[in-house]
Amino acid sequence: MAGRLMALWDWFDSRMPSVAEEFRKHMAEYYAPKNFNFWYFFGALSILVLAIQIVSGIFLTMHYKPDANLAFGSVEYIMRDVPGGWLLRYIHSTGASAFFVVVYLHMFRGLLYGSYKQPRELVWIFGVLIYLTLMAEGFFGYLLPWGQMSYWGAQVIVNLFGTIPFIGPDLALWIRGDYVVGDATLNRFFALHVIAIPLVLLGLVSAHILALHDVGSNNPDGVEIKKKKGPDGHPLDGIPFHPYYTVKDLAGAVVFLMAFCAIMFFVPEMGGYFIEYNNFIPADPLKTPQHIAPVWYFTPYYSILRAVPPLFNSQFPGVMAMGIATLILFFLPWLDRSPVKSIRYRGILYKSALAIFVVTFLVLGYLGTESVTVWGQFGRWMGEADVATVVARIFTVIYFLFFFLMPWYTAIDKCKPEPDRVTM
Amino acid sequence: MRNLLVALSFLPFAAALSAAFSVHASEAGYRLDRSRIDSNDMLSLQAGARTFVNYCLNCHGAQYMRYNRLTDIGLTEKQILDNLVFTGAKVGETMKVSLSVADGKAMFGAAPPDLSVIARARSTDWLYTYLRTFYRDSKSPTGWNNAAFPQVAMPHALWDLQGPRTTTIETIATETDKETKKFTGFSMTTVVLDQNGFRTEEKKLLPKGKDYHPGTQITFESPPNSDRARIAYDTTVRDLVNFLDYVAEPAANSRKRIGIVVLFFLGFLFIFAYALKKEYWKDVK
Repeated sequence: MAGRLMALWDWFDSRMPSVAEEFRKHMAEYYAPKNFNFWYFFGALSILVLAIQIVSGIFLTMHYKPDANLAFGSVEYIMRDVPGGWLLRYIHSTGASAFFVVVYLHMFRGLLYGSYKQPRELVWIFGVLIYLTLMAEGFFGYLLPWGQMSYWGAQVIVNLFGTIPFIGPDLALWIRGDYVVGDATLNRFFALHVIAIPLVLLGLVSAHILALHDVGSNNPDGVEIKKKKGPDGHPLDGIPFHPYYTVKDLAGAVVFLMAFCAIMFFVPEMGGYFIEYNNFIPADPLKTPQHIAPVWYFTPYYSILRAVPPLFNSQFPGVMAMGIATLILFFLPWLDRSPVKSIRYRGILYKSALAIFVVTFLVLGYLGTESVTVWGQFGRWMGEADVATVVARIFTVIYFLFFFLMPWYTAIDKCKPEPDRVTM
Repeated sequence: MRNLLVALSFLPFAAALSAAFSVHASEAGYRLDRSRIDSNDMLSLQAGARTFVNYCLNCHGAQYMRYNRLTDIGLTEKQILDNLVFTGAKVGETMKVSLSVADGKAMFGAAPPDLSVIARARSTDWLYTYLRTFYRDSKSPTGWNNAAFPQVAMPHALWDLQGPRTTTIETIATETDKETKKFTGFSMTTVVLDQNGFRTEEKKLLPKGKDYHPGTQITFESPPNSDRARIAYDTTVRDLVNFLDYVAEPAANSRKRIGIVVLFFLGFLFIFAYALKKEYWKDVK
């Protein structure tokens, strides 16, 4: 049996040697630093979640109906009458949030260890593109269950495009295909969610990995392992990705799946954060919910949008701020002027800035899930302003200061010397 | 690896804890009572199904729920047909309502919502509180009002089960001088609605020098010696809410059952995956 399989493989290999070649290049002979820690699981986990989403999504499209009259009912049909349908739906809804969890942690890893710095600028740029594409994917997908939050969330976001001067109203109309979010919108969002954006996503993920494998992985010490090579021409501190990191990521994936399944099987709504309660009310264009909150992964930016006061009765400044808040990530490799990459050898300034940034991101994220009155009002001395709005404004400024002041505080920061080789 | 395990394993517990310890209120600010439902209590679910088809299904549908799915809660198809289907529907059909949307609008101002997933939209605590806080109010179009959902269009469908009650609504508000618009003190308005909804209203100024919290408190008073009736009604509503919770997600019980098996499987798989990793990594120095 084994002999026959080998013969079959030889037959295949002699006709298409590039398969084995690519496997060697990207797996068996891709040398990764041996000191990867906890934070290095999330890249592989993102790929895992992408696969989970594609497979569960394919099965969901077999039963889902992208029609304003049928969509809500078809989701309930999946939940009740399709065998295992509830499982498919929860895999996909939990997977959507899990995708952002692992991607946010993956991006935070980049900030911790300076993975975006020279020579990995392109890896970072492809990564930010993936993040933006993922946001589009999440946004388009969220309309499909056609609940109240789906509907009004889409209405709010599309209206943001309507605030752009001159072309705004026409642009919003073009996106919706109607004067309000309606059947036409649902149909095109379905097409974008299941075909267009996933294709872009797959292309970008390939580019991200190819770019990474050309320059090699960074590591928690932020030193270049390619500088110290052994007599065999391989980095002294490198180990082949396969089998070492495949087996390590396998164990990590099992732990991740345990958390994933614990949420999916026992708290699939995750307290209203993964599946919002209001989304169990069918979309009603005539009834605006009192409190419209986007899903948790958009809320830091939603907070920024709400925090910026309108100018000449236009929300456009807030929309601009939100756009800049995401696009500024592209410039990170050039904003950071530190001579070292890793947080381990950076000075107190960057360490503090990063800690403050994490708090900022979490506070903005929390405030975005709540209404602006959540913390009550100040007294008359502050004009009875909403506490949450004032806090969101302060943290919005801090969010931007983290980036705008980065060239300055990373340049004057007192860094420790980097080691020659990685430390375990 | 250990960090990942610890960090991730806390997530669901944190969510569950925050759900267990938070106090919830309706949009109107009325404090919600705990529904204490039990999805494994078949008798309660069956009692709830009976109340549902007798009292709710006339105006509200559950259009995504099939009658024969009720075999989940320990009923046979014959029992379902004999006791729960009043409309001549076949046992495989869904719980549709005969009241049309247009008629519903004409009668109540808004069509009664479908109840298939109402427990997921509103929460069981909300439903449990809402169905127990109707009160007579001669000023409302239907003659009924609700503490958890003020000015609701729905009349009290279960009123003959709950029995008569008097209602006291106390509202503390700030008083301002009409000309200077300056704060002058606090007032308390007490509205008493008798068993037929006729109101007596009384307003008085509260003693100065103390700090009060503006807001509304609604209390109900049942006739003397009616504890047994009150408990019976609470149980009926609890069973009904239990049923609505089941209807909102019929697969919930099997979801949890399967989840336990899956987690045990992954636990075992982790032991082998970790051992494999250790074995390979022995030679990495």
